[in-house]
Amino acid sequence: MSKKTRSYVEFLYILPLLILVALISYYPLYGWIYAFHDYMPPKPISSETFVGLKWFAYIVSNPTRLADVGRVLVNTFAMSGISLAFSWFPMFFAVFLNEIHCRPYRKFVQTVTTLPNFISWVLVFSVAFNVLSSTGAVNSVLISLKLIDKPIAFLSSKDNIWFKMWLWLTWKNAGWAAIMYLAAISAIDEQMIEAAKVDGATRMQIIWRITLPCLLPTYFVIVMLNLANFLSNGMEQYFVFQNSFNRKTIEVLDLYVYNIATSGRGNYPLSTAISMLKSIVSVALLFITNTVSRLVRGEGFV
Amino acid sequence: MTAKTSNAPAKKPVSSASAHSRKHINPMNRQSAGDRVVSVVTYIVYAFFAFVCAYPFYYIIINSISSNTLSERGKVLFWPMEIHFKNYTRMSTIPGLLDAARVSVLRTVVGTILTVVIAAFLGYMFTRETMWKRKLWFRFVAVTMYFNAGIIPWVLCMRNLGLANNFWGYILPMAVQPFYIILCKTYCESVPRELQEAAEIDGAGTLRVFVQIMLPVIKPILATVAIFAAVNQWNSFQDNLLLMTNRPDLDTLQYKLYQYITQANSLKALVSNTTNSNAVMASLATAATATSIRMSVTVVVVLPIMLIYPFFQRFFTKGIMIGAVKG
Repeated sequence: MSKKTRSYVEFLYILPLLILVALISYYPLYGWIYAFHDYMPPKPISSETFVGLKWFAYIVSNPTRLADVGRVLVNTFAMSGISLAFSWFPMFFAVFLNEIHCRPYRKFVQTVTTLPNFISWVLVFSVAFNVLSSTGAVNSVLISLKLIDKPIAFLSSKDNIWFKMWLWLTWKNAGWAAIMYLAAISAIDEQMIEAAKVDGATRMQIIWRITLPCLLPTYFVIVMLNLANFLSNGMEQYFVFQNSFNRKTIEVLDLYVYNIATSGRGNYPLSTAISMLKSIVSVALLFITNTVSRLVRGEGFV
Repeated sequence: MTAKTSNAPAKKPVSSASAHSRKHINPMNRQSAGDRVVSVVTYIVYAFFAFVCAYPFYYIIINSISSNTLSERGKVLFWPMEIHFKNYTRMSTIPGLLDAARVSVLRTVVGTILTVVIAAFLGYMFTRETMWKRKLWFRFVAVTMYFNAGIIPWVLCMRNLGLANNFWGYILPMAVQPFYIILCKTYCESVPRELQEAAEIDGAGTLRVFVQIMLPVIKPILATVAIFAAVNQWNSFQDNLLLMTNRPDLDTLQYKLYQYITQANSLKALVSNTTNSNAVMASLATAATATSIRMSVTVVVVLPIMLIYPFFQRFFTKGIMIGAVKG
């Protein structure tokens, strides 16, 4: 086999997989054309259903819809904003976990706190439901301690829902997110810390003057990634926790897009139009944050 | 140790002098009062974190094996009471639950095998410098990590492809994962070239080199990929919700659990179904309740993860490390 033929044959081996990628990941971009049609399944789209920018205009011209989008954007910004504001938490979690010198205890804490990352949001919701229900562990303990007389409806209330969602997100992710920082800590030059100890530095001084500054580059990348994903909270968490009490404040962009396509008669074109705008803004955010990262650190993360 | 001490020769006399006055305590291990406070607070705070993460699982497990009447009244908090396993033996009588378990296991097995094979193959092929336009195709695949069309356009297109209400809708959309491919590619690049070249001189073709030479060598990274892929498949809920709208027989355990939690009415019907079939034997303490079904199904869904996680933790950690270096 000549070299030339061989290079084409090798391409033919991967061609079926490239086609699969084209169908699964690229073809849905073509699905954006549904945003320009009056699409009502099962009737397929055709030149007759084409309506141009009608649905985009509808978003801004219909006051209730506009108010809805505004409310959803507030929710999205609030949830992403809280996550961003507390994004230092996994870093501090890692720093102080590293201060535990009893190895078995540290291993135990690490294993137990990373486990929730590997269960699905449905399971997290099930855990929340069982522990926080009116006869669940939390209410039972609070009542028996006489701190409350009536069970608190944690899940079916709209109070502090943004913060509660952050708490569950942290419960699930913080231990896992800390692993990256733990690796960065173990890469810190031991001699620097020994030298500081010899000079009489306390542990807090070592943390403030050595460990944290060494972790800043990692933290910076995490913040940039957070910003790049500012509009994409994902829908699964909010979908499982949503109910008729909290719907108005829990609906983030990803969930809203799903809800308008599936509730009632289902408005697929409108949902697609909003998805499309979101995707474009997200890619722009990724470019911006990557550029910022390149300017600050000398390298991007993409 | 020698490297550490020799690094600070000028400071050594000072520290050994102070050590002398403190009855030869090694200065490296000396703790000030402030340090000890930090220590104690750290231990307590992390005990709290560990408790918060572990207790909910423990709570659900002990409740699923305790008397259902006590559990219903929120009495089981610290240890199981009046232990029985009826909740688990009764599971096979809950309509649809066995089917859902079968679908979950099947998609995990098939999906994991396919994802791993594809990641290994593409990871290897993207290191073949002889391939036509290799870099272009690698970028074509890798860039899909950074954009998505949005769920509704995605769903409409998957319907057009015939993947809705079809078991392959669980498998094919998750089959090609750029992240896993990059992990495998990085690993393949670290394997000495001579290994492949020797086989090729002996007349082995591209595919033969992959199967007989590379696959055995890259096993460690495949284990990592397999664990990630399996957990993803087992936990996947969204594709069930979005794609399998007309095929209740394709519902997974995750979806069933979600239904049991949110649809109290259907759960009541379930409870009366399952108790009737056991009516003669069921005492009040072991009769099925909405809570008991919820809890025992939760345990069944979470148990595979809890069992494999502690043993495979290092694989998970390795995955995130290589990913962090690359990405």
